[in-house]
Amino acid sequence: MTLSAEEWEIITLSVKIATWCVLVSLIPALFMAWLLARRDFFGKSLLNAIIHLPMVVPPVVVGYFLLVVLGRRGVIGSWLYEQFDITLIFTWKGAVISAAVMSFPLMVRAIRSGIEGLDIRLEEAAQTLGRSPLYVFATITLPLLLPALISGVTLGFARALGEFGATITFVSNIPGETRTLPIAIYSLLQIPGGQGMAERLVIISVLLSLLAIGLSEWLARRSSNLQKGSV
Amino acid sequence: MLQARLKKKLQNFTLEASFTLPSGITALFGPSGSGKTMLVKLLGGLEQPDEGEITLTSKSLYKKTVDRKAEVNLPSHKRSIGFVFQDHRLFPHMSVLGNLKYGIQKDSSGTNTVLIEDVIELLDLTTLLHRKPKDLSGGESQRVAIGRALLSAPDILIMDEPLSSLDRVRKEDILRLIERVRDQFDQTILYITHSMDEVLHLADNLILIDQGSIKAHGPLMETLSRQDLFPLAGEMDAGTVFAGKVTSHDFDYNITTIESDAGPVFVTGVRQTKIGDNVRIRLRARDIALSTTKHSDISMLNQFNGVITEFRDHTPGVVLVTIDTGLTLFAAITLKSKQALELEVGSDVWALVKSVTVDSVER
Repeated sequence: MTLSAEEWEIITLSVKIATWCVLVSLIPALFMAWLLARRDFFGKSLLNAIIHLPMVVPPVVVGYFLLVVLGRRGVIGSWLYEQFDITLIFTWKGAVISAAVMSFPLMVRAIRSGIEGLDIRLEEAAQTLGRSPLYVFATITLPLLLPALISGVTLGFARALGEFGATITFVSNIPGETRTLPIAIYSLLQIPGGQGMAERLVIISVLLSLLAIGLSEWLARRSSNLQKGSV
Repeated sequence: MLQARLKKKLQNFTLEASFTLPSGITALFGPSGSGKTMLVKLLGGLEQPDEGEITLTSKSLYKKTVDRKAEVNLPSHKRSIGFVFQDHRLFPHMSVLGNLKYGIQKDSSGTNTVLIEDVIELLDLTTLLHRKPKDLSGGESQRVAIGRALLSAPDILIMDEPLSSLDRVRKEDILRLIERVRDQFDQTILYITHSMDEVLHLADNLILIDQGSIKAHGPLMETLSRQDLFPLAGEMDAGTVFAGKVTSHDFDYNITTIESDAGPVFVTGVRQTKIGDNVRIRLRARDIALSTTKHSDISMLNQFNGVITEFRDHTPGVVLVTIDTGLTLFAAITLKSKQALELEVGSDVWALVKSVTVDSVER
């Protein structure tokens, strides 16, 4: 099966958006996961609830909120436009934002459970050997957290690839700009005779997801072997 | 020299401890749940006390008065207090060599304070260097953990029951290693244990802790022979500890004669000692029998003549008799025997001890 230019465009756009989504969210997700797993502070459960909100409210509602906040006339959107000439609405960058918001709770959850599973006593031991908390984080915490990070990235990437409701609400359906795989499939099903091409995209979408899962399994196995020292 | 005065409210009792740590090996001895581990965590900055003060060779590590913010509170990594944990805590993603090098301390000219070659040789780690922690046995892991802590060149090395997960043979190996560590690296060690054997083997000084408070601290033998501390040293293990010198070996019978202040003590099964070696001997009160005459028709080889100086109630039906034989010995006998033999303060008695019950450890 050879891909048409149009199909190729849809795939690369989807992968681009999902990749940027993961790159943008990884460090904030790691920080948030660490905060929730290791720190106690006032308003922790509220913060936890807010982060998880996109998992439970309809994606369209999330898209609506993004529209209100980040649209041209939104609180942050207007400021971004006036100060930096940045427009998010109807652009692929906006699609990255909506995908990031939707996949953020999944990434936080995966990384958080990884942090909670870490043996804090190893970090203590490292500190009693005279190493600073930052050094310990980089040399003990992060390497041991690698499997959880990989699983967080995979979940986030897959969620971003499949993102539909918030994206179509926030950045609409513009070919070459915001028409990702699921949106393209939906659009094709709306027009007569579009079913054939839609089916091809469905197959591609499944293959892409399988590839992502396979890659992450391989990475996870490698990193957990590395930890247990069998490499 | 470390000086500490610490207070922390715990669930069942308040930990309140004030002590100094001289160089050499100091044993922190007490029953499980007496606050030993919490105490060393406070020293290392892994837990926070309610108030107190810690000073290490005139440098203040911690200082706080109650209801105030701490004036000084150095984080763990700046305290120069190293740990060998009960559960080793080796880093699973690093090789043995990586673990050893992790905390390596360099002086101002960039050379290692403690040479890694010395540590590897002392702890016999050469063949393990490229293994991962999961491929090590318990004893090997413990050796790596000791080496790793040594290389971070701490002023004080805290060992939290380092032998508890090892079998008997491994225990003896590690005990000898710890003595070598003390001697070769001139390392001050605080050794936590609830085993009297380990205390006798290793300790120069003793801190006795119970229910969060320090009952006694000082040089080992002085502290151990204090009768008022018997209940703490373990009800069944009450006894006398004294020093002696090996004077002869009878290889036919495997009996060693040790000269002590109470006269010769005959013991069996003393391995690896040479004539002239100093040893520590412990006679448990429950292993000593009393008689009003000397016996020749009895299997007990050790018979010490002395005078009773005191009786004390021990457990119901049992009295603890103090006998001055040149050394103060304690014998636990039944109330019934005391009456049958008509024992009183001032009675002349023979203290009888089976050789096989005498604990002796080389020093």
